[in-house]
Amino acid sequence: MTQPVDIDPRAGAMVRSSLVKRIFTNPLGIIAVAILAIMILAATFAALLAPFDQNFADIGNTLAAPGGEHLLGTDSAGRDVWSRLLYGAQLTLLSALLCAAVAIGIGLPAGLIAGYYGGPFDTGASWFTNLLMSLPGIIVLLSARAALGPSVWISMIMFGILISPGYYRLTRTAVQSVRNELYVDAARVAGLGDGRIITRHILSVVRAPLIIQTAMVLGVAIAVQSGLEFLGLGNPAEATWGVMLSDGFRNVYLSPQLFVWPVLAIGLTIGALVLLGNAVRDALEDGQKIAKAKRRATDATGAVAAVDARVPAASDVRTRAVSAALPAVEAGTEHHLLRVSNLGVGYPQADGSVRSVVRNVSFHVDRGEVVGIVGESGSGKSQTAFSILGLLPDTARITGGTIQFDGAYTVAPGDERVSQTRLRALRGRRIAYIPQEPMSNLDPAYRVGSQLVRPMMLVLGISRAEATRRALDLLEKVGIADPKRTFDAYPHEISGGMAQRVLIAGAISCEPDLIIADEPTTALDVTVQAEVLDLLRDMQKELGVGVILVTHNFGVVADLADRVVVMQHGSVVEAGQVRDILRDPRDVYTRTLLDSMLEGKEPMTTLGSSAPAAPVVPTLADAARVGLITDVAATASTETNEAIEEVAR
Amino acid sequence: MVTFTLKRIASGIVLLVAISLLTYTLLYFSGTNIARNILGDMATEDQVALKQQELGLDQPLFARFLDWAGGVLSGDLGRSWFNAETVGQSLMNRLPITLTLVVVAILLTAILATVLGMTAAVKRGWVDRVVQIGAVIGDAIPGFVLAIIFVTIFAIQLGLFPAISTIAPGAGPDAWLISLTLPAIAMTVTAVTSGAQQVRSAVIAQLEKDYVRTLRSRGVSEREILFKHVLRSAAPAGLTVLSLQFIGMLGGVVIIEQIFALPGMGALAVSATSLGDIPIVMGVVLYTVIIVIIVNLLVDLANGWLNPKVRVS
Repeated sequence: MTQPVDIDPRAGAMVRSSLVKRIFTNPLGIIAVAILAIMILAATFAALLAPFDQNFADIGNTLAAPGGEHLLGTDSAGRDVWSRLLYGAQLTLLSALLCAAVAIGIGLPAGLIAGYYGGPFDTGASWFTNLLMSLPGIIVLLSARAALGPSVWISMIMFGILISPGYYRLTRTAVQSVRNELYVDAARVAGLGDGRIITRHILSVVRAPLIIQTAMVLGVAIAVQSGLEFLGLGNPAEATWGVMLSDGFRNVYLSPQLFVWPVLAIGLTIGALVLLGNAVRDALEDGQKIAKAKRRATDATGAVAAVDARVPAASDVRTRAVSAALPAVEAGTEHHLLRVSNLGVGYPQADGSVRSVVRNVSFHVDRGEVVGIVGESGSGKSQTAFSILGLLPDTARITGGTIQFDGAYTVAPGDERVSQTRLRALRGRRIAYIPQEPMSNLDPAYRVGSQLVRPMMLVLGISRAEATRRALDLLEKVGIADPKRTFDAYPHEISGGMAQRVLIAGAISCEPDLIIADEPTTALDVTVQAEVLDLLRDMQKELGVGVILVTHNFGVVADLADRVVVMQHGSVVEAGQVRDILRDPRDVYTRTLLDSMLEGKEPMTTLGSSAPAAPVVPTLADAARVGLITDVAATASTETNEAIEEVAR
Repeated sequence: MVTFTLKRIASGIVLLVAISLLTYTLLYFSGTNIARNILGDMATEDQVALKQQELGLDQPLFARFLDWAGGVLSGDLGRSWFNAETVGQSLMNRLPITLTLVVVAILLTAILATVLGMTAAVKRGWVDRVVQIGAVIGDAIPGFVLAIIFVTIFAIQLGLFPAISTIAPGAGPDAWLISLTLPAIAMTVTAVTSGAQQVRSAVIAQLEKDYVRTLRSRGVSEREILFKHVLRSAAPAGLTVLSLQFIGMLGGVVIIEQIFALPGMGALAVSATSLGDIPIVMGVVLYTVIIVIIVNLLVDLANGWLNPKVRVS
């Protein structure tokens, strides 16, 4: 009966006046608000608008057709349908509101307390919630009606109790997600009482999800009460839409139009509530998307689905046409293992423009050579790497240039997308990939071993037994002490460093010619980093494989790479032999990167354009120095500052 | 795994007791004069008082509940107060209809929601738009309203299906098929629309995971990634949605049975609660809760099998 409402509890922080604006720029949002406004007006002024009393029965004129004195005809007792519809709006909407109020009244405080304090209350409330959720709701409502009498008010109070777990869970999750946020900690440290923290910081987080949930709950409440009344369990003296529906259905052979009106009223109202809920959710998600786009220039999710649907048809044809007669690569460049020339990558935006993330990038990799691509986040280095692998998000477009591997184009001149047919033959077999974050790159549902064995069986065409033998050898080769145990383990049972070794084993398992390592050590502990770098170096020497090492860390480059390409804002700013660039960096940005490494610490600020690092914001730096704020937590710094300011006030 | 199952069964029993007691309490305070209902308006006050004594209605709540619970433990659910039928017999006659309806509807929902949701997530384009719009429409029209519309159009106007059940005791499979098709479709439609939407988001969430990209980089085919990895990881979310929908359907079927005049458990529950036939109501509650507990247990076990992390903890 209760559909789970899928809401991100953290969405709440986004509620601003712009939210209302965004709802009203959404045509469906406007329609929803308009329908609800009409319903509310009709309900409020029912007494003025209705020509008859809701229960005035004209016995001599039952089941009258629409028209004349009775605008929509009369029902089986000769009561005016139009009047009853108006009074019905009043009763239906008010009782649904009562239901939501009861549910919020129970679920919200319980969720706040359980989420904020945890402990036995949390355990108890969660158990009770599970109990309520496994109750067959309609049976409870039927018994309640038998016990307490047929009143829509009583049914809706009962249903409010039954549906309160929805609010409880929503609030509890939201509170838990912010309880340990730094700005809440800061407020607590500053001596703000629990009450203030809850009202000030936590309620604001659940506000928007509550609005969405309430819209849905009102809809469900109307559906449930009309369902009950349809069963003939309503109070006939109360003119609700459900009672009218019941009467209409009973007379469906005599006067089929009778149940059309309540169905319309119910459908329109619930539909408007659902649309309103969706509009609020969309508005919140849009807000988050804008924020996300600002943070991460490379991110591209389903936001541009509209564009996605339009573009591929044309570009698919184009890729196919090109692959039919693939042009030869530029003469004299065939010997390069990989050559990227003037590559551009961009994301089409909803407004028709293209957000460019890689511009005019050129470099090459020869057999057995290690090339480092260095740059800060958002410099386009990962996007370049994924273009080579053909693993860009669906929404990405090649905006120019070519990529050739071993003397043949994978991105030919004029291609808009990386040809999957061409890359399918190369990926795993000749080009391999070592990801950044080891744990999230193993499927948690399968054992480590099977994730190594299956690709080998597919790519090398060997038997399972043979692949298993090879996998165990590989695990030993990458320095895992007990290969059999790791082979049989699930990803969550091994450490991050081990997982990265497994991924390296996977990358070299099919003896590729080129390995693309995307920040292979960033997510690891410092001690493990050195070991993994040693392993990479050994493997590279042993296999004589070409490597592209994507990193933000010049130290890693100095350690492993022969040549280096420095990228910033999607373009190459400098390229050359590692030794030359380390000795004599030409570009200001390269120098800034080098300086930040030589000082042996992470940059405190985002590196600006080509200017030297801006002075560090004092409060944050101080906090970082005393170890209050870790690197990760720096993102929450604005909230922390706000919290501190607020306490100061 | 065994301890997990035993724990869940134990908590299921606690739940069963709690719900039985709750329902019994509600019914105890019922305003209905049950003895009067049984005997009719012609009975004298003395007769009514005698009947009350006979049924144990003059006993305190706990005594009555314990009496009933003791009977249940020895396998005796009691007899209907309004006709001579035993509760067990009465439910056994009606449960098959309700369960067939709900199980068929939930299986149809599972298949259609998975196919639609996955297609929408992978292909995007028009399928995606249909699923998204369908989800809003499905949410907006309550299942029973849809059923009413179905009856009106397909049974009453077009005469394609009977508007009233043809299932009589001992009826053949054809009668079942004819009678259950329309209600099953009505129940499926609204469940599929929201289910497909949920499957869609679960699949999209998995497709965006890092490990999918790594699998692609290893040369694993799209088909294998989708069916072996993504579907498996998205399944727990889908199963949870299905179990909630199943519980929802057990409630919704009460109204559906009324619309199609099906002699199922829902119809029994409605009449028994309005009359105050406590043994029948309690029997219905007991059966329903047991079904819910079994379904939840199965879903938990399936999720444990699908997700090794859950299995450990």
